[in-house]
Amino acid sequence: MDSYLLDPLAALGRAAFAVCRTVGGVALFALDALSHLVRPPFYGRLFWRAFVEIAWFSLPVVALTAVFTGMVLALQSYTGFARFNAQSAIASVVVISLTRELGPVLAALMVSGRIGASFAAEIGTMRVTDQIDALSTLSTNPMKYLVTPRLLAAVIALPLLVLVADILGVMGGWLIGTYKLGFVSAAYLHSTFDVLQVQDVVSGLVKAAVFGFVIALMGTWCGYTSKGGAQGVGGATTTAVVASSILILALDYVLTEAFFAR
Amino acid sequence: MRDMADPATRPAARPAVGAVPKIRMRGVRKAFGAKQVLDGVDLDVAAGHSMVVLGGSGSGKSVTIKCILGMIEPDAGLIEIDGKDVLRMSRGEREALGDRIGMLFQNGALFDSLPVWENVCFKLLAQNRISRTQARDKAAEVLAQVGLDGSVGDLSPAELSGGMQKRVALARAIAAQPDIIFFDEPTTGLDPIMGAVIDGLIVDCVKRLGATAISITHDMASARRIGDDAAMLYRGKIVWTGPAGTLGHTGNAMVDQFANGEREGPIRMELRR
Ligand SMILES: Nc1ncnc2c1ncn2[C@@H]1O[C@H](COP(=O)(O)OP(=O)(O)OP(=O)(O)O)[C@@H](O)[C@H]1O
Ligand SMILES: [Mg+2]
Repeated sequence: MDSYLLDPLAALGRAAFAVCRTVGGVALFALDALSHLVRPPFYGRLFWRAFVEIAWFSLPVVALTAVFTGMVLALQSYTGFARFNAQSAIASVVVISLTRELGPVLAALMVSGRIGASFAAEIGTMRVTDQIDALSTLSTNPMKYLVTPRLLAAVIALPLLVLVADILGVMGGWLIGTYKLGFVSAAYLHSTFDVLQVQDVVSGLVKAAVFGFVIALMGTWCGYTSKGGAQGVGGATTTAVVASSILILALDYVLTEAFFAR
Repeated sequence: MRDMADPATRPAARPAVGAVPKIRMRGVRKAFGAKQVLDGVDLDVAAGHSMVVLGGSGSGKSVTIKCILGMIEPDAGLIEIDGKDVLRMSRGEREALGDRIGMLFQNGALFDSLPVWENVCFKLLAQNRISRTQARDKAAEVLAQVGLDGSVGDLSPAELSGGMQKRVALARAIAAQPDIIFFDEPTTGLDPIMGAVIDGLIVDCVKRLGATAISITHDMASARRIGDDAAMLYRGKIVWTGPAGTLGHTGNAMVDQFANGEREGPIRMELRR
């Protein structure tokens, strides 16, 4: 009889325990990876390869996302603000929402789909084919070789991508503003830079660095701990993308709160 | 022969040549879930000797090797290399030990993101013992030892046949001239002549480098060629050790059945009827 009452509790306890274990595991994994940042040897070549993969090859996706987002923002805010005769606010709405929120979040979500998934798949395949074990028999620390360069590359690449996204997004808004909504180009740009503050851009770039860390961490961790052949690697890839997307949105709230809530 | 199934004879299993055996396992146990794979493995490998481990498929041979290498942590037991407990080593000690060890994985485990030559010289490059330009020549030299043309060096592992991958993996395992070498089924998937060549290479490594080797094989001819000693793993325990030359007529019914591939005997394969 008791067991009917206790079963849900036990299940809850087990779930909570599993969550704690996972969080602890990820934290230890991250600390281990970070500790290799200051301990030679350093793998510059691998860092560069990961950096190019993230920054350069994500550029088209991120650029398109940013341009269209800027265009849509301008259109939508026009419809909204026209009711209050406040069309002049459009430029500021576009630039503020892009730099503070949409630039970092959308770029990070796009990159997590590309990079988080590919990290998880590549490292996961290495795990299930014994390549990670092989590294450790070849005088190479697998964390140092596989994880640390990718983490560092993502943390540096994401802010750069977001900077590009900010500029292109504003350009998208400007395009719609001048060619479709009838703004004078100089006036639009003037009101854009009038409201923009350094803090808006910097907060966005800090968010981007954090998101980059999260994407690379979830990708590498899911791959590193995957087991069970092709199916396991597939699962790891899915988990990496889902987990990093959710974490990006949750951390976005936390960071916004930290930067702007007074 | 020394029948290890008899507990009375077990402690004197292999009177090592020197005082301390190179590798010593005592009571090593490992379970995956409910499945007890290793159930108290005792094994001594003398320095400079070549030990062949026999056993049915799935009997835990690869797990045994991975336990020695620290890739799988045993649930209980003692593993010593040169008299030092590997399970209690610091990170630095373990890395230093790893520098002296070579391993051929059963499935090759080649790095598919790197060309063959970089795979072969990976350890030498990691230890900064050669430059990248020297590595190409060195790779060609080691590849020649395993019967592969130097031009293979520029291919990616995915472009090789299974047997070629195995030989590249073997080249990678021996390129840094390790002190202790593990071969997990070195000749599986090779034609008989190439198998004999590889056996010769392994013997050569052990004799010339003075290395200590543990090999896993299902091929009895190969076992007799490469092994000084042999051990048989059955139901999670080492049930017999003895000279590899006697395989097939050891007097131990289990080993003889295994070595001669007979269906009838003390070993029962767990087949469903
Ligand atoms: N990582 C693992 N997780 C769960 N079970 C495992 C794992 N590795 C090995 N096993 C199990 O341990 C047993 C022994 O495996 P092992 O790979 O050592 O066999 P083996 O003796 O090398 O066989 P073969 O000659 O076929 O290579 C198998 O039943 C296998 O299912
Ligand atoms: Mg095996």
